[in-house]
Amino acid sequence: MADPTGREAVAAVWRIESARIVGALARYTGDFALAEDLAQEALAEALVTWPREGVPAHPAGWLLTVGRRRAIDAFRRRSARDERYAVLARDLGEGGVAAGSAPADPVREAADVLWDPDQIDDDVLALMFVSCHPVLSREARVALTLRVVGGLTSDEIARSCLVPTATVQARITRAKKTLGAARVPFEVPSAAERTGRLGSVLNVVYVIFTEGSTASSGRDLLRPDLAAEALRLARVLTRLVPDEPEVHGLLALLELTAARFPTRTGPDGRPVLLEHQDRRRWDRSAIGRGRAALARANGAGRGLGAYGLQAAIAECHALAPSVRATDWERIVLLYEALGRLAPSPVVDLNRAVAVSMAEGPAAALEIVDALVADGALAGSHLLPSVRGELLTRLGRPGEARTELERAVELCGNDSERALLEGKIAALD
Amino acid sequence: MKFMLIMRATDEAFATMADTDFNEMLETIGRYNEELIRAGVLVAAEGLDDAAEGVVVDYSSEPPVVTDGPYGEAKELFGGFYILNVSSKEEAVEWAKRQPITGPGFKTEIRRVTTIDEFPQDNEWIKKERAWREATGQL
Repeated sequence: MADPTGREAVAAVWRIESARIVGALARYTGDFALAEDLAQEALAEALVTWPREGVPAHPAGWLLTVGRRRAIDAFRRRSARDERYAVLARDLGEGGVAAGSAPADPVREAADVLWDPDQIDDDVLALMFVSCHPVLSREARVALTLRVVGGLTSDEIARSCLVPTATVQARITRAKKTLGAARVPFEVPSAAERTGRLGSVLNVVYVIFTEGSTASSGRDLLRPDLAAEALRLARVLTRLVPDEPEVHGLLALLELTAARFPTRTGPDGRPVLLEHQDRRRWDRSAIGRGRAALARANGAGRGLGAYGLQAAIAECHALAPSVRATDWERIVLLYEALGRLAPSPVVDLNRAVAVSMAEGPAAALEIVDALVADGALAGSHLLPSVRGELLTRLGRPGEARTELERAVELCGNDSERALLEGKIAALD
Repeated sequence: MKFMLIMRATDEAFATMADTDFNEMLETIGRYNEELIRAGVLVAAEGLDDAAEGVVVDYSSEPPVVTDGPYGEAKELFGGFYILNVSSKEEAVEWAKRQPITGPGFKTEIRRVTTIDEFPQDNEWIKKERAWREATGQL
């Protein structure tokens, strides 16, 4: 075998199957936090056993069997001090779903009990709702989703989110305790509750993607693995909740944004502005998939949500042959709609940039000055950087320099700062 | 990271496939495809038409030599593929002649991409796949 340690084989099976394994164990035990522990124990046992004995014929069934046995052990241990668990342990181990004497094929038997094909989709969806539950902090939701739905290890999550492994482990442990203390059930929320809760799930996927597409700190602008995982999660979601237009809106936004990744940085790793990007290198198939998802969101006839509107803006860029030939009037309208739906100074700033392209820099400067007067975005480099750009175009280089220098001071990303310094040099 | 799973088969394997019940094969592949879709990993999948219907453009000489299929030597491995939307095989051959990476040993094999319309439309797995393709813009 090319993989003598078997570690790669375990990791590959785990990436594909972990969500279903944790989901099935959570349904089996009714305890999300315990299920996650059991699945991790099964994974640890596989890492020891498979390299020694070879990968089993049904690797997922094997992991489930181990998880189920550990569940029964755990309930027996707990039953001494908890009457409820005593009943459960009896049901699970002897009289209940796993009744009977030792089966001829324990792997198949466990798989049959736990892997009800009608339940798998609900299991994975419930897993998403629990790991994105509003009682958790945003960081905890991201870590837990990457762990239980994405199947990433603590090390992988730590590398992706640029934090120490110990921090990730602490976040996950704390998150599971929080869910337990809040008595969050392992289930798909009722239809009435679902729409509100879905917003949290979509937000987590979006946050994972933006972490991958604009690293908030560090030297690299892109972490494509994290963005790819967010795209995969969004695709899974469109499959699980196909009737929610905003799910398709989110997928559309991610596809259309990712389509531009090949051109966002130059060979030196520095960011390349939209106007200088080689549009021939945009990923046409990603644009096609994004447009299809957006059409699906539009097709629901309920109007676009915040993600759908941003996707529509991204589509305008994707379809335009150049910055100049972009439908900026439509982009302004879309930003206005977005500003009404999800008001934020960042949206206003983006609208100002679109207005500067549609109507010229003077009209845009009015919007930006209003933002300055509000004190919005005070600590961000974005406001002075846009204001500096507008002043440059209005032929006021002195004021432009002051703004751009302020933007350099506030900017945290090395490559973006280099871009701003280039703009200052161009003023001379 | 994206990977292409290139399905290669020997003559013997093709003979086995020819003996397999067609609907059974559609179901087997349909189930596998559905797994990939459910996992969110399937981006695009296409079958290629019979190699005998293909064309090879050989750049070993100038101008390049165009020969009809079938396939050349087994050691000529695939290096990647384009999908072009053109009106005829001849138009595709013309595009291949303009392909910039040329010289001895470089060849472009031109194969028609089959469409879902060529499969029995009443098959339940084909119906499912059509619905997915419509929803994801990959028809």
